[in-house]
Amino acid sequence: MVKEMIVIENLVHKYRTPQSGEFAALKGVSLQIAKGEFVVVIGHNGSGKSTLAKHLNALLLPHSGRVLVNGIDTREKERMWEIRQQVGMVFQNPDNQLIATTVEEDVAFGPENLGIPPVEIRRRVDEAMNSVGMSQYKTKAPHLLSGGQKQRVAIAGIVAMRPQVLVLDEPTAMLDPVGRAEVMETVFRLNREEGLTVVHITHFMEEAAHAHRVIVMEEGQIVMEGSPREIFAQVDRLKELRLDVPAMTELSATLRKEGVKISPDILTVEEMVVALCP
Amino acid sequence: MLKDITIGQYIPGNSAIHQLDPRTKIITLVLYMVGLFLVNNVTGYAVVTGFTLAVILLSGISLKIILKGLKPLLFIIVLTLGLHLFMTSGEIIWQWGFLKITSQGLRQGIFMALRLIFLVTITSLLTLTTTPIALTDGIEKVLKALFIPAAHELAMMMTIALRFIPTLIEETEKIMKAQMARGADFDTGGLLARAKSLIPLLVPLFLSSFRRADELAMAMEARCYRGGENRTRLKQLLMGTRDYFAFGITGLFLAITIVTRYMV
Ligand SMILES: Nc1ncnc2c1ncn2[C@@H]1O[C@H](COP(=O)(O)OP(=O)(O)O)[C@@H](O)[C@H]1O
Ligand SMILES: [Mg+2]
Repeated sequence: MVKEMIVIENLVHKYRTPQSGEFAALKGVSLQIAKGEFVVVIGHNGSGKSTLAKHLNALLLPHSGRVLVNGIDTREKERMWEIRQQVGMVFQNPDNQLIATTVEEDVAFGPENLGIPPVEIRRRVDEAMNSVGMSQYKTKAPHLLSGGQKQRVAIAGIVAMRPQVLVLDEPTAMLDPVGRAEVMETVFRLNREEGLTVVHITHFMEEAAHAHRVIVMEEGQIVMEGSPREIFAQVDRLKELRLDVPAMTELSATLRKEGVKISPDILTVEEMVVALCP
Repeated sequence: MLKDITIGQYIPGNSAIHQLDPRTKIITLVLYMVGLFLVNNVTGYAVVTGFTLAVILLSGISLKIILKGLKPLLFIIVLTLGLHLFMTSGEIIWQWGFLKITSQGLRQGIFMALRLIFLVTITSLLTLTTTPIALTDGIEKVLKALFIPAAHELAMMMTIALRFIPTLIEETEKIMKAQMARGADFDTGGLLARAKSLIPLLVPLFLSSFRRADELAMAMEARCYRGGENRTRLKQLLMGTRDYFAFGITGLFLAITIVTRYMV
């Protein structure tokens, strides 16, 4: 058993475009993610987050450096499908990743591709829909669901493949606050209860507050790394990187400037309440 | 307005027709069509009419829904009737100026119109009583049995098309509203002006469709999609007594139509 679920060593990725020739979107990224870890990746638009995510399940391959998933090098062509089964991916636009005309058929799509026997598919589909709380929508058409529900179906479609890692590339970017909360609750529960390793890309800083580790990217490199507290305490550095901090952290920084004695690493409303009214 | 389109609409139910295997429905539909094109006299059309009505009754789909499905074709049906009515030469039964109706024309016109109506009715009955998934699965299996290459790909294309029609309709309406808010006008002017007014609608629609296709392909690959080989299905198709019975009845129907054509 490998303890490190994902090992990235000095990863370089270059895009070739007809207009501007070669462009390095990742410039030597090294990162290790442990089994069961919940990692949040933040960074300004174009900093290379999606490119990094696509390397985790061999949708893109390294130009140099390497990516190991559960010990398998993503460049091993014969094991590509094994890697994709182990690393499930949820994308930003809920509409463009649901394939079938009913919810349960969509959840079944991955297992069907893996060639799993029908009886077992049935069991996995029911389990997966249960674990994202979408059981009662089994026979609904995807276009009749809300954004948050669609993303939960997309997550169920991944869960039904029994992966080790769940990579989410800004899954909440197109959702309203209710949908966002639904999705985050689901993801956190899968991490906590099923031990799924999660790599969550987002630009909502609140979603990073409960992560085990936060990675900050800028111009194809990792520029900050640490616990949410360590990262968000550095308000000025984040502002430099054109990133926000959670609203409560921002408030505590403002209060400190005004002379209120308050801890600099407050992340949530609850913590703020406790800090102000001990 | 666009929401009225009912392509591939499925009406849930538990009728005998609903419960048939999609392959049975597709094959018997083809047999029915052969029969429909064979009949050429009043007896034959009486048999077809009776059979069609019986199937509709059995499906539990209300006549109202079927008539609604015929509405978009009203123009073509009337045109067919008119052309035959006025263009067939023969024994004149009614004349007004250069317009004349012959008894042969009347007969031919009614036959052709009925043929069209039955064709559309029975085909829409197939989509009305079959879920899109069952339908595409059935088509895939039938095509495979006929050794048609790329059967799986065709079926997958149909599934995706059915999945995205509502999404694209929604998007079209959104873009239309956005363009109307900027003063675009889709409903007035001549044919050319109207066609021109569609450009600001179609361009963004096409661009977004390409982006969708790109993202969808990526999502499918990420979920281990690699064509139809070694792929299993959640729901498997199973033929039963009911299906063999349906084949029997349709075969009988076909035999009777042949008899009416050549022996009556
Ligand atoms: N398919 C592509 N071809 C060329 N350049 C690309 C492509 N995809 C992304 N890029 C470029 O790579 C950089 C990183 O993109 P991306 O990984 O999508 O960043 P993020 O997800 O953080 O917004 C951006 O500058 C982007 O323009
Ligand atoms: Mg991105």
